[in-house]
Amino acid sequence: MELAIFLIFFPLLPAVLLVFSKNAFFQKWITIIASTVIAAASVLFAIQYMKGSGEYSTFICPLPNQLIMIGDIILALVFLFICRKLPLRRYWIPLLVIVQYGLVLFYDFSGRMPEVTHYLYLDGLTAVMAVVIGIVGTLIAIYTVGYMKHYHHEHPELSNRTHLFLATIFLFFSAMFGIIFSNSITWIYFFWEITTVCSFIMISYSREPIAIQNAFRALWMLLVGGLSFALAIIYLADSGYTLELQRLMMMPVAFVLLPVLLICFAGMNKAALYPFGNWLLGAMVAPTPASALLHSSTMVKAGVYLVIRCAPILKGTTAGAMVALLGGLSFLAASAMAVSQRNSKRVLAYSTIANLGLIVLCAGIGTSFTLWAAVLIIIFHAVAKALMFLCVGTVSHQTNSLDIEDMQGLIASMPYVTIIMLIGLSGMFLAPFGMLISKWAVIQALAIRSPIFPAIVIFGGSLMLFFWTKWFGQLIAIPNARQQNLEQGIGIEWVALWGLAILTIAACVCYPLIGQYWLVPMYGWNPMLYDKIELSIAIMLGLMLLPPIILLIRKKHLVYTTPYLGGANVANPQEFMGSLSSPRPWAFKNYYLTRFFGEEVLMRWTIAGSIVLLILMFLVEKL
Amino acid sequence: MSIKKSPWIIHYDGSSCNGCDIEVLACLTPLYDIERFGIINVGNPKHADILLITGGVNQQNKTVIKNLYDQMAEPKAVVAIGACACTGHFFAECYNMLGGVDTVIPVDVFVPGCAARPEVIIDGVVKALAVLEKKQQEKVTA
Amino acid sequence: MNAWIWGIVGILLTPVVAGLVGGIDRVITAKMQGRMGPPVLQPFYDVMKLFSKQNLVLNRFHHDLVICSLIFTVAAVGLLFAGENLLMCIFALVVGNVFLVLAAYSTNSPYSMLGADRELLQMLAAEPMILLAAVGIYMATGTFDINLIASGTHSAIQYLPGVFFGLIYVLTIKLRKSPFDLSTSHHAHQELVKGLSTEFAGPSLALFEIIHWYETVFVMALIYLFFASRPIVGIVAVLIVYFLEILIDNINARVKWDLMLASAWVITLIFGLGNLMLLFILK
Repeated sequence: MELAIFLIFFPLLPAVLLVFSKNAFFQKWITIIASTVIAAASVLFAIQYMKGSGEYSTFICPLPNQLIMIGDIILALVFLFICRKLPLRRYWIPLLVIVQYGLVLFYDFSGRMPEVTHYLYLDGLTAVMAVVIGIVGTLIAIYTVGYMKHYHHEHPELSNRTHLFLATIFLFFSAMFGIIFSNSITWIYFFWEITTVCSFIMISYSREPIAIQNAFRALWMLLVGGLSFALAIIYLADSGYTLELQRLMMMPVAFVLLPVLLICFAGMNKAALYPFGNWLLGAMVAPTPASALLHSSTMVKAGVYLVIRCAPILKGTTAGAMVALLGGLSFLAASAMAVSQRNSKRVLAYSTIANLGLIVLCAGIGTSFTLWAAVLIIIFHAVAKALMFLCVGTVSHQTNSLDIEDMQGLIASMPYVTIIMLIGLSGMFLAPFGMLISKWAVIQALAIRSPIFPAIVIFGGSLMLFFWTKWFGQLIAIPNARQQNLEQGIGIEWVALWGLAILTIAACVCYPLIGQYWLVPMYGWNPMLYDKIELSIAIMLGLMLLPPIILLIRKKHLVYTTPYLGGANVANPQEFMGSLSSPRPWAFKNYYLTRFFGEEVLMRWTIAGSIVLLILMFLVEKL
Repeated sequence: MSIKKSPWIIHYDGSSCNGCDIEVLACLTPLYDIERFGIINVGNPKHADILLITGGVNQQNKTVIKNLYDQMAEPKAVVAIGACACTGHFFAECYNMLGGVDTVIPVDVFVPGCAARPEVIIDGVVKALAVLEKKQQEKVTA
Repeated sequence: MNAWIWGIVGILLTPVVAGLVGGIDRVITAKMQGRMGPPVLQPFYDVMKLFSKQNLVLNRFHHDLVICSLIFTVAAVGLLFAGENLLMCIFALVVGNVFLVLAAYSTNSPYSMLGADRELLQMLAAEPMILLAAVGIYMATGTFDINLIASGTHSAIQYLPGVFFGLIYVLTIKLRKSPFDLSTSHHAHQELVKGLSTEFAGPSLALFEIIHWYETVFVMALIYLFFASRPIVGIVAVLIVYFLEILIDNINARVKWDLMLASAWVITLIFGLGNLMLLFILK
């Protein structure tokens, strides 16, 4: 428990230090030291909560309500300060702030908030989340140091505010730890809004018009979630049930379904599920570490984390099924739209939405089997997706392009980065890793229920396979001519890249253990022992070790030749002899299937469908 | 040992008048059905064992023939089909012609005729099989 | 212990059976076209010849990736015969397929890469129906465990006629037969040369053929699982389905990718999911 409190408060120290250190040397070492401390503490914390079921902390906070009240007031002022330059016609953004904080503070001042006895709650899920934030997050922080140096080198017109960027990252860590350790809903709300502020600061970092515009879009969309959260608090305060998350989950469903749905709404909003998916796409203008940290591996995970926490209430209710359907719709639509994208960051953004949708689908069903799958997806996705983002960031620095078509044959010019990227991609979709094991669990768990859910997972999964393999193939299309090495100048970024690559491999190899030690005690049983699956998985894992070995062994008896070009080959293998007897280059571009899966085809229907589902979610229990 | 039982061919039309080509394709029809001998027209040098060339070689297609030949896996054989492929025939004296196929790549079997009849073409391929088998044995002993 | 033996027997027998089936396929096809056709053992001759040839490659990895593909495809069949979890078997097959596609991509040759893209499209079109069929079998028999499905007392087919039809539809894609032989086909002479396998020569191509044998047996075993309680009926059904596929192959010209994708998904939704929804509601 002491570790939990340490993790919440310690990151504030480097945050404050970084605000005042404009020197690159100090920035680097503060980041490295603080990151190491946080990572070590989070691992220790996870070990402490191994094999342990949930535990309430006995932590006594002096003047808890007052502290949070002051915090809320400060946050409200920060939001209003952010909005100060907005044109009048966007009055509703500050209005959102004023309404939610007005309501919460009114209840605070009138003293109607129920008392909270346990402020913290710690269990296997918090341990998993803490490790994700503590290790993946800090690796991204270290990467940021190197990245921002390149970033400002490339964009000399932007003012260098790296120290603020780094400080925001550490402030964000503090808030994330706050969200996952807190049991008091008002506390979660407070930390929740801090992450929204961090997200705004990072998206608008470059201060270019497009960045500002997207930052405000993200801000107002996230504030809608905040408003929903505030409404949940007020509902609970007004009815006098409880403001403790764990106790809320033990209440009779009929009483607390509405506030739980409001919290879920906030969670889905933060997880960028449709109809709110577009803020995440816009957030891709932020520097890549921000995309990796906030918009794929941690902040959006806070959203799905909350939905998972709400699962005991959602389980078996029609509203829960609606939550699952919303997740399913986002999974399906985002996977489909990812197929039509050429920009690698947009592919990653869409696939992030898709994976978060899948997690919410699992959580909405709420059986221990699907929750087990949901937590595993969180782990795999956090590690592999952060890795992918960082690789893409590095590649775009070295080649000045985010286009997947330009990554054709990248393995020749950037071998190590590409190998790391391939590890990330394998972690995303190859069996028995990550997504496929989760897909298996979802199909297995849901097949007995309505066939709709397995169908969603199956179609979405096939689409995912399509766009990941397409990308994978582009990377390893080995050019027939020697390429110049483009990996010079990558410095401290290697630490993060290799660190995450090793983590991805470790997660893939060790996930049965993760399940055994952190998830089984929580959910009571181990799906790995179900249906004789463990033998198949062991065999598949064993076989997965073979490809790297086979690829490393140098074969004899191979005779090298040129590609088939209808006999019209010329000396350069990337060219052929044209009909006018002059060499012409050939090029190959992938399928994007925009006629079926283009944004303009699907987006309208997705938004409309998800809004209908949202309305149904709130109304269905009343009908 | 089994190359004899599954010779796959690739057919390339040099500067033929298309007479021989029609006869080559006639071999695939039900009347002659070369698949009886396991012969398939694969249309891809990397898969083929036997290169069938109709028509003579000119400046335009000499590199193509050379490329196709180079992209075939050993053991391989070349069959020149028709008078043009063997010697250049009518066209031999044209300003752009090099002559028969053997001016660019080694030819194993020459099939005469203008146009070559399907029976003779099949016979030519069968002759090429013996060449292939010999080459394979040389490879094994070497 | 028994499971291991079954798995190994399956792995060993598959090439023999699938090679023979392939030979018979070619003979029947020839007869349908009024020809005599090759000897029944022709597929074995072909593969043996290919192994004896030079291995032409474009880079040192593409042959290795074909080997990886073979490993996972073989594993899929082995797991299937050992009676493991049906979903896991299908996933293993998918991984095998992915490696094959990657092998084609790695060559960086235009025809081969286009074939790889089309193979991905074929997977996109066929995969949902195959997995839905597995879900259907689960709904009908209550388990994904192939051992239990095979030793069950009633067959899944009586509950799943629609799913069965859908599966036959996408089987054409999996067996690389017309009208859905977009990525590569048994006979070249097409705009893609040989698509996916254009750059595979000698032993690589032999492995590719063997991979296809294992795939064929895998999908045929899926068909059999629908009739598992009556083995004789099951085998007859498999033979009829395969004959049907040969017939379809011979009376159809190839379609474009959009028609393949759209029709496969529509069939999957109407016959596959529709059947499952009915089953769910009626049960």
